Amino acid sequence: MIDLHGFGHLLLAGTWVTVKLALVSLSLGLVFGLLGAAAKLSEYKVLRAIATAYTTLIRGIPELLIVFAIYFGGSALVMAVASIFGYDEYIEVNPFMAGVAALSIAFGAYATEVFRMAILSIPQGQWESAQALGMTRSKTFFRIILPQVWRVALPGLGNLFQVLLKDTALVSVVGLQDIIRQATTAISSTKEPFTFYLAAACIYLILTAIATAGTLWMERACTPQARYKG
Amino acid sequence: MSDTSIALELTDIHKSYGSLEVLKGVSLKANDGDVISILGSSGSGKSTLLRCINLLEQPAKGQVIIGGEELKLKTGKSGDLEAENRKQLEDMRSRIGFVFQSFNLWPHKTILGNIIEAPMNVLKQSREQAVERAEGLLKKVGLYEKKDAYPGNLSGGQQQRVAIARALAMDPQVLLFDEPTSALDPELVNEVLSVMRELADEGRTMLIVTHEMRFARDVSSQVVFLHQGQIEEIGPPEQVFENPKSQRVRDFMSSHN
Repeated sequence: MIDLHGFGHLLLAGTWVTVKLALVSLSLGLVFGLLGAAAKLSEYKVLRAIATAYTTLIRGIPELLIVFAIYFGGSALVMAVASIFGYDEYIEVNPFMAGVAALSIAFGAYATEVFRMAILSIPQGQWESAQALGMTRSKTFFRIILPQVWRVALPGLGNLFQVLLKDTALVSVVGLQDIIRQATTAISSTKEPFTFYLAAACIYLILTAIATAGTLWMERACTPQARYKG
Repeated sequence: MSDTSIALELTDIHKSYGSLEVLKGVSLKANDGDVISILGSSGSGKSTLLRCINLLEQPAKGQVIIGGEELKLKTGKSGDLEAENRKQLEDMRSRIGFVFQSFNLWPHKTILGNIIEAPMNVLKQSREQAVERAEGLLKKVGLYEKKDAYPGNLSGGQQQRVAIARALAMDPQVLLFDEPTSALDPELVNEVLSVMRELADEGRTMLIVTHEMRFARDVSSQVVFLHQGQIEEIGPPEQVFENPKSQRVRDFMSSHN
């Protein structure tokens, strides 16, 4: 087995930070994605334009730059606001918050496209049969369309979540104590890069395997008709 | 209340897609208990007419009255008519049953779930109430034992019978059928037609767009023949089938027998 020289608990602590960051970013990112898709499919031109600007911009620049933009840009913004109130010390943005913001914005941009395609893939007749019974548009969307959208979107979202899990590593560059950061700390005192980066790789592999299993389980849960025995 | 016996009245319905005029002013009246079959070759505007009644399609011009209540319409951005008041439209739709050619059941809900959805969400029935009625309707269409199945587990004919039960669960004043057997394999057509025949015998008011000539002749109180967006001939089935005034209808009948 790999000898971690007593740094195992640090890696574990880093894992917990990574998992938290990924899950919080996922939740927020899903909200952004749904809002983005709703905006892209909206009848209002302004909303469509905003959503298109969002996905084009965010998908067009590296995630690392989004992290930097939010971390440093966020600090500058907070300090500018603080100086209005006469506070002139250096203020640092919490790297976890900056990470959540950057990763959820990025996830949301890709998820917008996944949700948009999923919504469009639901046949028009599904809307029509609900509306013909007198259901409101919002009831139809939430009770009839959205549950079907989940099913279609799940594989795509699962894929995006794997990318998100690994992108959390980017937030280590602004000082977040995640797996990579902790591994680097361990390496600087043990001088054994191969050991600790290998350990980090194994942890990511385990996390993504769990995420894959979770996605498959949810896909199964979303297709009850396949399990009906009658 | 002189027109309580009029279930449905359409006046001068027009509809165009771009420069193609699909309906050129169709007027039609159905009394309570009428079974009206709408025939015509494809492209004659039959389905469009049916879909204009509950505004799945927006007519360019015209008037719809259900059970004496006029659906209030206004001209929308596209130039076609839309409901002045969403609430009234939803209320009227809840009183008009619509059965689609492609069933349009909701695949993520059980058969029972498909039927109780609108009674619970639109009519605000309690679950027990809705389930009790749904189970009765499933027995009526002969699918009670499938209540926990999903649409994907059923044949097309079974799905269409569920779709009919779903429409009946709202206890509608009028039932509209848009080519209900056209998507079915030939051996599944009869199970659906026999359910519809039963509904006609019960005195339900029905408008049926169909290609099933024998069925239309048997159950209809009135037959409407549409041609290029206009009523070419209307009358009792004996007249339209056996002794049509229009040469076009005569040609159609001879090619469909």
